[in-house]
Amino acid sequence: MKSESEKIIIISYVVIAVFLLLIMRLWQLQILEGSKYKKLSEANRLRIMAIPAPRGIIFDRNGIPLVKNSSYYCASIIPGEFDNGKVETLAKVIKMPAEEIFDKLHKKSLSPFVPIKLKQGLPFQEVAYIESRKSDFSGLIIETDISRAYIYGDTGSHFIGYLGKLSPSQSKDPAFEDIPPDAFIGQWGVEKLFDKSLRGVPGKRIIEVDALGRELRMLQEKPPIKGEDIQLSIDINLQKKAEKAFGDRAGALVAIKPETGEILGLISKPSFDPNLFTRGISSHEWESLIKDKKNPMLNRALQSQYPPGSTFKIVTAIAGLEEGVITPETKVYCRGGISYGIWQFGCWRKGGHGAVSLHRALVESCDVYFYEVGKRLGIDKIYEYATRLGLGKETGIKLGKERQGLVPNTKWKQENKKLPWFLGETFNCAIGQGYVAVTPLQMAVLMSAISNGGNLLMPALIKDYKPESHGNIRIRRETLEIIKKALSGVVNEPGGTGWSSQSHMTKIGGKTGTAQVVQQKDGTRYLPERFRDHAWFVAFAPAEKPEIALAVFVEHGGHGGGAAAPIAKIAIEEYLINSKLNPESSSGQDSKLGIQNVTHRPQDD
Amino acid sequence: MLRIDRRTIESFDWVTLLIVIVIAVIGIVTIFSATRPLTEGEHSPFYIKQATWLILGVIALLFIVSFDYVWLSRFCLPLYILGILTLIAVYIAGKIGMGAQRWLSLGPLSFQPSEFFKLIYIIMLSQQLSIINGPLRTTSLFRVFFLIVLPPFVLLIKQPNLGTALIIMIIFASLILAKGLYKKVAILFVIISLISLPFLGNIFWEGLRDYQKNRIVAFIEPKADPSGIGYHINQSRITAGSGGLIGKGYMNGTQGPFRFLPEKHTDFIFAVFAEEWGFLGSFILLFLYLFLILRGLDTARKARDDFGRLLALGITLMFSIYLFVNIGMTLGIAPVVGIPLPFMSYGGTALLSNLLSIGVLISIRSRRFYLF
Repeated sequence: MKSESEKIIIISYVVIAVFLLLIMRLWQLQILEGSKYKKLSEANRLRIMAIPAPRGIIFDRNGIPLVKNSSYYCASIIPGEFDNGKVETLAKVIKMPAEEIFDKLHKKSLSPFVPIKLKQGLPFQEVAYIESRKSDFSGLIIETDISRAYIYGDTGSHFIGYLGKLSPSQSKDPAFEDIPPDAFIGQWGVEKLFDKSLRGVPGKRIIEVDALGRELRMLQEKPPIKGEDIQLSIDINLQKKAEKAFGDRAGALVAIKPETGEILGLISKPSFDPNLFTRGISSHEWESLIKDKKNPMLNRALQSQYPPGSTFKIVTAIAGLEEGVITPETKVYCRGGISYGIWQFGCWRKGGHGAVSLHRALVESCDVYFYEVGKRLGIDKIYEYATRLGLGKETGIKLGKERQGLVPNTKWKQENKKLPWFLGETFNCAIGQGYVAVTPLQMAVLMSAISNGGNLLMPALIKDYKPESHGNIRIRRETLEIIKKALSGVVNEPGGTGWSSQSHMTKIGGKTGTAQVVQQKDGTRYLPERFRDHAWFVAFAPAEKPEIALAVFVEHGGHGGGAAAPIAKIAIEEYLINSKLNPESSSGQDSKLGIQNVTHRPQDD
Repeated sequence: MLRIDRRTIESFDWVTLLIVIVIAVIGIVTIFSATRPLTEGEHSPFYIKQATWLILGVIALLFIVSFDYVWLSRFCLPLYILGILTLIAVYIAGKIGMGAQRWLSLGPLSFQPSEFFKLIYIIMLSQQLSIINGPLRTTSLFRVFFLIVLPPFVLLIKQPNLGTALIIMIIFASLILAKGLYKKVAILFVIISLISLPFLGNIFWEGLRDYQKNRIVAFIEPKADPSGIGYHINQSRITAGSGGLIGKGYMNGTQGPFRFLPEKHTDFIFAVFAEEWGFLGSFILLFLYLFLILRGLDTARKARDDFGRLLALGITLMFSIYLFVNIGMTLGIAPVVGIPLPFMSYGGTALLSNLLSIGVLISIRSRRFYLF
C-alpha cells in the first residue's frame, strides 16, 4: 500500500494532466479554430442587409419616362437564425403554404445569413401583423425592395423588355455570381442589354442584433448607387399610336431615323405586359404566354421572317438600273401575265397594265415588269444587290437573336436543294415571293439606307448613339433618286397602291407588298385568316428629305395598301409631330435628364 | 477552541487566500462585462451583489480560520443532521428554480442548501473515515456508505441536482481510496460498483428530467438539437473559440451581452472570460486554478492528522471536479450539467460556501505544526 503522501502526489499528477487536457482543448478552439469561431460570432451579431439599388430609369427619345421604380415590402427569413420547427406557425402568420416555405429554405443560398425572400409585395396591414408577431420567430425580417413598373404596359415591351429572376443556368454563370438569388435582373430587351449600367450598385447595411433578433444599432451603412438612366431612341407616342392601329392583328413595325440608324419605334404584335414578370411570373401565367398560338413572346420585328412580296421590287429595280439592264425609259408591256414554258406567271392586275416604264411599274406594282427585269438580271445579280442592301444577313441590332432572312442564288439552291436554278424561280424572287425571306427590321434598315443616300447603318437603341455602319450600299445617287421619286408616286399619284397612306401633313414615299401565303384561286374572297396574305408597307417621309424610314408588316393582313399603309401613315405623322415639338437640341435635353449617353455600351448576348 | 497564536499568524496561508480573492475579483469583473447593457439602460446589479458576497465571504473565511479545524470534527454530526434536514426541507417546500428544487427561502434570503451541504458532507465523511484505524473493512465501508453517502445522494437525485449528487459519490470514492482499503475490500468495492452501475445508471436516467436527458443526448450529438441545448453547447464553443490568442478585449465580448450565450454570468462565465481575454488570459486563469488545487493537495499532504488530510483532500477534489466539469462543458468536452465555476460564477450561496471551504483549507494548512 502506498503512503499517504505518494497517493496525493499521484492525484496531483492526474490534476495536472486534466489541466493540460483543458489547455489543449482551449488551444484547439482558440488558436487552431479561432478564426472560424470568430466568423461565427460575427455572423451571430451582425446582420448584413443589402439595400437594393434603384434601377436606372428608361426614357424615350423625348424624355418621357417609360418605367418607374416603386418600393414594396417583403417578408424574408435568415435561414441561419430561423428555427425550422416553426415553419408551420410561420406559414399561418405570413399566409403562405408551409411547403413553399420549406422549398425556399431548402434552396441553396449564398450563406445561412443572407435573407431569403418568402413573400413579396405585402400590403401594409399584413406588414403590421407580421411585425407584431416577429418576436416569435427569430430570423424573420421585413425588408423593402424596389420593383419595376412599366408605365406603358404592353406598349413597346419587345423593345424595353422586362426583369426576371436569375434562371438556373444564369445562377451557375460566374458573370452573375454577385447577384443575390432573389434579385431581379434584365432578362429581355433593353433591360437585358443594358442591365449592367441600369443595375446600379446595391448598398449594404450592417446592423448589430442580439440573440432575439432585435436590432440594436447600425454599425455601417453604405448607400446604394442608383443605376444609370438611359434615353432610348424610341418615341413612345409613335409606338403607342401605331400599336393601337394594329388592333388585334399580329405583325411588326420598325421605324428608323435614316441619318443615325436610331430605332424610333419597334413593334411586335401581339405583345405582352412586362409587369407580369417584375414580381415573378407564376408558372401558370408563363405557360399561357408560351402556349399562346399567336406567340406574344416572339419578336416578329427581328425574330420572324416572311416573304417581302412587292416591297422587294425596290431591290429588283435598283439592281436593274445599276446593272443597266433597264433605264427609267425602258417599257414593258403587261398583258396581265406571262407564260414561261407550261407555267403562267400572272400580274396581280388580271387585266394587265399595258406598256409601263419603271416609274409606273413601281407605282402600280406591276409584276410583269419585274419578271422581265428579273429575267434580264438573273438571280445572282438580284442576290448581289439584295445582299448589298442588307438582306439575307443580320442587321446587327443587339436586342436579341435575329433571323437572317434568305436571299437565294444559284449556288444556294445547288447546295441546299441539290437542284439547278429555274428561270421561273427568278420570276418569283423578282417580285419578292418564292425563297426570298426578310425580317421587318431588315426592310426598315433597307429603306433607311435608301433614304439617307446609301449608308447602311446598324440599328441603334440609344438616342444620340454614335452611328455604326455596315458600309455604303454603293448605289448611284441618280438611281436612288429615281427610286425615291417612284416610291413617292406609289403614295401620292393616281393609281398608286399606297394611296391609303397619303398624308396632309407630309409627303410620304413607300411601297406596298402583299406576300402570298397560299396560291389564291379566283373568287375566293373570304379566306380564313391563317391563309390570308401578309401585308407589307415600307416607307419614308418626308419624301424630299426623309426623317423617318419604316417597315410595317401585318401578318395575314391582306393587301399591303389596305392593311399596312395606314399604320405607317399614323406612325409617320406621330413621329413628325413629336419631333417638331421636341426639336433635336440633344445636348440641352441630355443635361436635363442627367444622361451620359456615351457610357452605354451594349453588352453582348 | 479559538486558537490564534503567533504560529498561526506566521504560518497563515496568505497565498491561498490571495489567489482565491484574485480569482473572485476576476469573476466580478467578468460578470460586470457579461451583464452590461447593450443600449442605454441600467447595469444589472449582479456584480455588486457578487462583490458584497465576496466581502461577506472573506469575513466568514477569516472567522473559520480563527478556529482550529479539529473543532469541526466535534460538531460534524449535528451539522450533518441539520444539512440533511435542510435538504428534506428543500424537497418539501423548496421553490422552483431553474426547473429544479434547489432553493430555500429564509425571509428575504433564498439560498441553495446543497451548496453548504457539500462542505458538511466532506467534513462528516472525513471525520467518520479518520476515526477508523488502518485500512477500511467491509463493515465500515458499508456503514459509511449507507449512513452518510446514500441519504443525501437520494435526496439530491430527487431534487433533482444531478451535479451535486455525482460529486458526493465521486468524493466518497476518492476519500475511501485515499483512506485505504484492504485488497479484498477494494476488489469487493469495485465489483459491487460495476454490478450496481447499470442499475444506478437506470435509476439515474429515469430520475432525470427531460431537460437533463437532453443535455446528455446533446453532448453526445450536438447537431441533433441546434436550437435547444445543442445551441447552448455550440454557442459556448463559439464564445470561447472566438477569443483567439489575445481575446476581443475587456468589455468587447459580444456573445454574452447579446444573449447568444445563455447562463453567461453563471455557469458559462469561463466562456465569456475566454472570449474577452483570449488564450493567454485563459491560460493564466487556469494556471491560478491549478496552483490553488496543487496547494490544496499539498495542504492535504502536510496536514497534521488524518482528519485534516481527508478534509483537505475532499475539499480540493470537490473544487477540482467543479472546475474540470465546468470548463469541460464550456469547451464542449463534458456534458452540460448545471455546475458553476468555483469563485467566478455568479451566485452568493456558492461563493460563500466555497470561501468557507477555503477557510477550512487555510485553517488546516496554518495549523499543520500543531501537536495535540
